[in-house]
Amino acid sequence: MLKLLDGPQTLGRGRIFWSCFLAVLTGALIYPLFADSYDVGNFAYFLIWIFMALGLCLMWGYGGMLSFGQTFFFGIAGYGYGVLAINMGGGTATIAALVLSVIIAMMAAGVLGYFMIWGGISGIFFGIVTLSATLVLAFFLGQTAGPEWHIGPARLNGFNGMKGMDPLTVGSFDIEGSALYYLMIALIVIVYIALRMLVNSSIGNVIVATRENPQRAEMLGYDVRKYQLLTFVIGSGLAGLSGALYTSWGQFITPSSIGLPAAAMPIVWVAFSGRNDLTATLVGSFLLLFGFQTITVYSQQAALVLMGVLLLATVMLAPQGFVLGIGKLVVDWWTRRRRRDEAPALADAGRLQSDGT
Amino acid sequence: MSAELFSVFYQFADVFAFLILSAAGLAIVFGMMGVINMAHGEFIMCGAYVTVGLVNLGVPLPIAQILAALTAGIIGMVVELLIVRRFYKRPLDSLLATWGLSLIVTQSMLLIVGSAVRGIGTPEGSFAIGGYTFSTYRLVLFGCAVAVLAGLYVIFMKMRFGVIARATMQNAAMAKALGARTGRIYSISFGIGTALAGLCGALYAPTMTLIPTMGATFVVESFVTVVIGGANVLLGTAPAAVFLAMIRMALNASYGQIIGQIGMLFAVILIIRVLPEGLSSVLVRRGR
Repeated sequence: MLKLLDGPQTLGRGRIFWSCFLAVLTGALIYPLFADSYDVGNFAYFLIWIFMALGLCLMWGYGGMLSFGQTFFFGIAGYGYGVLAINMGGGTATIAALVLSVIIAMMAAGVLGYFMIWGGISGIFFGIVTLSATLVLAFFLGQTAGPEWHIGPARLNGFNGMKGMDPLTVGSFDIEGSALYYLMIALIVIVYIALRMLVNSSIGNVIVATRENPQRAEMLGYDVRKYQLLTFVIGSGLAGLSGALYTSWGQFITPSSIGLPAAAMPIVWVAFSGRNDLTATLVGSFLLLFGFQTITVYSQQAALVLMGVLLLATVMLAPQGFVLGIGKLVVDWWTRRRRRDEAPALADAGRLQSDGT
Repeated sequence: MSAELFSVFYQFADVFAFLILSAAGLAIVFGMMGVINMAHGEFIMCGAYVTVGLVNLGVPLPIAQILAALTAGIIGMVVELLIVRRFYKRPLDSLLATWGLSLIVTQSMLLIVGSAVRGIGTPEGSFAIGGYTFSTYRLVLFGCAVAVLAGLYVIFMKMRFGVIARATMQNAAMAKALGARTGRIYSISFGIGTALAGLCGALYAPTMTLIPTMGATFVVESFVTVVIGGANVLLGTAPAAVFLAMIRMALNASYGQIIGQIGMLFAVILIIRVLPEGLSSVLVRRGR
């Protein structure tokens, strides 16, 4: 199992990489001891979105399916968590609400994915159909202001959004502040490790093979549609996890976290970071979220303009992504230096997978 | 009885016009270059703002609308030259680039212009049939949608430019080898596409609130129409719009706008399962 952590589909391996990984993780773990609780809460907020970015990275970078629907599943699970938490009452039931809402999002992904993948649409149309679904959901939720729009005691509240659900709770202990922060860190480590194992496993190889050439993968005897659906369900489920955690974090959710321009954000993070690698996406998304939040304080529009500029610049200057590009430069430089030091070259060049788009 | 019948036709015409006008520009760009212009909604917004700005300056509405369409077309050609041109070989990246552009434009407009601009009222004029009253302007919109289709038919089927454009569409390399200046064809096609988007915004400007995010109101309809229409504007977009308009009209009448939109989306998702290449692939095959 552990062997799958390092493989041809992920960058970074060996003692140096994992030492860095542990160092960052340790830093993240002791951070709440030094920072005040407001900053910790803010950090937890950035981490919420990482799942969504990792999910998109899996679908787009590894699976070659450009889904514009991350916020669709974010919204389904976010509203799902709210409705379930209000209906089932607070307390430990919120954990069940979290799990159930993610499952609902995955089921929605299964249905939508079935029609799209078995219908054989791919590429551009995959993006447009998912985006259309996202926008329609946002419009729909935006007009549910009236009192007739409720599920049990949970009012949807239209554009103002749903509120009043309990945060994640175990017994009588609310998972908030640094407890929520540690939960996020744990979930991110689990998801990151699990995704690394997935993409380096034989399933991951088929997913990548399908991205490279669906016909060829099919000729080799794989039913690529099943693998694509699996990728889509996992990737969208991660967006759902983000959504449920978001609702639990702020105890509210509004349609504006589903529609435009929210739907573009995961695309910007992943494109900028480098869609072909999980680690690059993890690091890059975090940096972008941090920067975005810093600028949003002054002007949300300016922050969004900057996101647009970043997306345009990425596509025009570094289609593979900036973080990934810089990471590769560092690795190349490092390898070359080591080669110069130890004359018998360590055949390390092979550890970077080809770019392929 | 005839009043009810006309009322049904009127509702159909209203939805049909909306679908055709919002989708035609997107469909042309997609059909010619295989590029989906994610900034389509922003060109619509541009058309609407230019129209309202000119009308507030005292220009008569129809002239303002034509000028708005031309403005959008010219801006479109500049965008093609600066951005889209680089991505003809990478359609997915063109999607991202134009989406980035769309974000920049919408949010800059919010920053500069602010959220509300003084609108212009819908042109007055209505007529009554039986016990019902109908707005004349809605019928004008339907007329414009039909005129757009007719105009596209003339441009692409009767004019020399259209022949070369269709040749480029079928096989760009071969057309180029035969001396067609495909780069210029692409540029003009993109300009026509964005001009039609501008026209859409110009025509609907009097009927809606002007906000920088208004493009989003149109994009769902234009996307789904192009998705099931496929690559051919005349043989795909038009039948797709007829089909979707019928679904939408039936649902709108009994359940309201939003259910109509949801129903349309469901219909599209069901259709792509059966016809992944869109209606035009079926119609074109039949035609052969």
